[in-house]
Amino acid sequence: MADVTLHKLVKRYDKTDIIKGVDIDIKDGEFTVFVGPSGCGKSTLLRMIAGLEDITDGTLSIDGKVVNHLQPKDRSIAMVFQSYAIFPHMTVRENMAFGLTIAGVTKEEKDRRVNEAARVLQMEHLLERRPSQLSGGQRQRVAIGRAIVRNPKVFLFDEPLSNLDASLRMDMRMEIAKLHKKLGATMIYVTHDQVEAMTLADKIVVLKEGEVQQIGSPMELFHYPANRFVAGFLGSPSMNFIDAEVLAIDAQTITLGSSVLNSVVLPRPEQDVLVGQTVELGIRPQYLQPQHGDNKGCLHGQISLTERLGTETVLDISLSDGKKVIASIGQDQVFEIGESTSLHFDPERAHVFVKSADA
Amino acid sequence: MQKSLPTLTQHNQSGWLFALPGFGLMMLFIVVPFVFAILFSMTNQRLISPNPTQFVGLENYQQLLSVNLLVLDPDVTATGEIKRDNRGDIRYPRIRSYTRNNPDYAHLQGMKEWFSWQWQDKKIAILASDPVFMKAIVNTLLFVLIVAPLQGALALGLALLINQRLRGINLYRAIYFMPVVVSIVVVSILWRFIYDGQNGLLNNLFHTLSFGHFTAVDWLGNPNTALGSIMVMSIWQAVGFHMVIWLSGLQTISPTLYEAAKIEGASSWQTFRYVTWPGLKNTAILVLIVITMQAFALFAQVDVMTNGGPLDSTQTIVFQAVERGYGKQDISGGSAISVVLFIMVLGISLLQRYLTREKN
Repeated sequence: MADVTLHKLVKRYDKTDIIKGVDIDIKDGEFTVFVGPSGCGKSTLLRMIAGLEDITDGTLSIDGKVVNHLQPKDRSIAMVFQSYAIFPHMTVRENMAFGLTIAGVTKEEKDRRVNEAARVLQMEHLLERRPSQLSGGQRQRVAIGRAIVRNPKVFLFDEPLSNLDASLRMDMRMEIAKLHKKLGATMIYVTHDQVEAMTLADKIVVLKEGEVQQIGSPMELFHYPANRFVAGFLGSPSMNFIDAEVLAIDAQTITLGSSVLNSVVLPRPEQDVLVGQTVELGIRPQYLQPQHGDNKGCLHGQISLTERLGTETVLDISLSDGKKVIASIGQDQVFEIGESTSLHFDPERAHVFVKSADA
Repeated sequence: MQKSLPTLTQHNQSGWLFALPGFGLMMLFIVVPFVFAILFSMTNQRLISPNPTQFVGLENYQQLLSVNLLVLDPDVTATGEIKRDNRGDIRYPRIRSYTRNNPDYAHLQGMKEWFSWQWQDKKIAILASDPVFMKAIVNTLLFVLIVAPLQGALALGLALLINQRLRGINLYRAIYFMPVVVSIVVVSILWRFIYDGQNGLLNNLFHTLSFGHFTAVDWLGNPNTALGSIMVMSIWQAVGFHMVIWLSGLQTISPTLYEAAKIEGASSWQTFRYVTWPGLKNTAILVLIVITMQAFALFAQVDVMTNGGPLDSTQTIVFQAVERGYGKQDISGGSAISVVLFIMVLGISLLQRYLTREKN
């Protein structure tokens, strides 16, 4: 039982608000990922939960208990750092047992718990080595092991895979997912990598400039982004945005068009829009269907670049007004550079974003 | 790659040419004097002398380092009773009768008493051919043994205190570092005023703090306090330098290690023991070796403040080397002392390196 509740959390340095009143409910056993561009405050938020940063305002509860003023060690948390933060002069075993050594636990108990954690992480053979004899992935495993030994109610991960190379990152990502299944503990994970967020999370929190943009399951966020920022941040390649004018509105639908966009009827968005207003039409590259030849479809342009990945073909297309869109086809298909193309899309898959003053 | 090799070798020559000034100066002022010192120490060379130089082998070293033991039986009366003086102390034959022209004790010729103690009825005397040099060795070792750990620890303490992000902390760093940039001679002269037996700052301070109950001490004029006074002043003077070295060591320790320790619940002491101190290991070796070498080279303070006195209580090895080489114009004797010092420092540095080596 370890829910984590953030209620109107604020972090202020001098007079600048870094975290501007964040509300998040994390259920017991949930894997929550904080994601956002660098400088969005996701690491600060995690460090506030850990107790490494003071909380300026609001309340933080772990397991129903307000912990704003508790020391990190009294919050039942364990943290895994991006730079591993394992002690270079200690063996793996000593590193993993560090918290127990500090607490004065007997040697038998220490050995038992370290061996148990090592078994879970399949690293029994590394226990007597020193960190300098380990690879990056193994070091991060030691850091995770040290967290497991603490037997915390909440695991905190601060970009734990960012220092690893791509293939190792994928392996460790799967290991962390497995670990979560095995331990069933509440985990909070900070990353700027949307793939990690999408694959690991039960719940994603998208942050921007210290504010929560949207909270939801990965697929909720992918298919129903709350705003243009979330839409653009999640998904790879990122969503195409095309300026369009509102031509007509009725109860269920909205008609958009522009110099490059043949008029298209879409479901009506929740926000208020007026006829004649300029809005943004968002379409993911995967939902654009390019055709050879410039005859049908809603958008027209020329292929300016193609990337063939075997399982996927990514096309860079210049529209007639000079703007670019990206289309991604889930198979290998040949398009020539300079070829004219027309693009179809399913209106149900498109999003309409009303431009706000600050966007 | 193939093409660039000849150019590289060509540049090799200009490389040597560029290194020449520095290399030449080092040869002239470090390597040559060092070799000369070793050569002179085996001759009877004097600073200025009409006589030709002669090779004397290890005689200078023998003269410096010879130590002998002499056990004296008490003077007895004709009836076999032990003679005692007015105070009831046992009377012994004079040591001079053994060390001056005594054919039975030729090996003690010219030696003087270094120190002695009574064991049952007998008096055991340790004789040295050069007791002043022996005192200098003991004083220097004492200085090293007391100053090295105290100065190192104090410097570490200061470094820990100022390794914080506080407003104006740089001011404190500058203040602690200030004595280092002032010439040791100037510092020594200032401290002579502080230690003055009549109106010195220290005596006045103690006088005031004890409401007049403190009797003035002539800190530098008393054989019991002179060396200690020089130690205190030396520690104060160089502590800032070692503080800066510790500080640079402290700043190489990753802050996340401290955060990890905090999350694991380590107290300040545990953080120091498990994170800070192991992270400072290389710095500690450096500081220890540098302090030890500096302490062995103790000279300026003694030269300015006490001149080796009172009663040879502040004689040191380097002071003796200078005194002998230039004061007495006995350059070969001074050279021999330098070589002895070199071997001592080298030996201790090697020992320290061995003791602090990376154990795996």
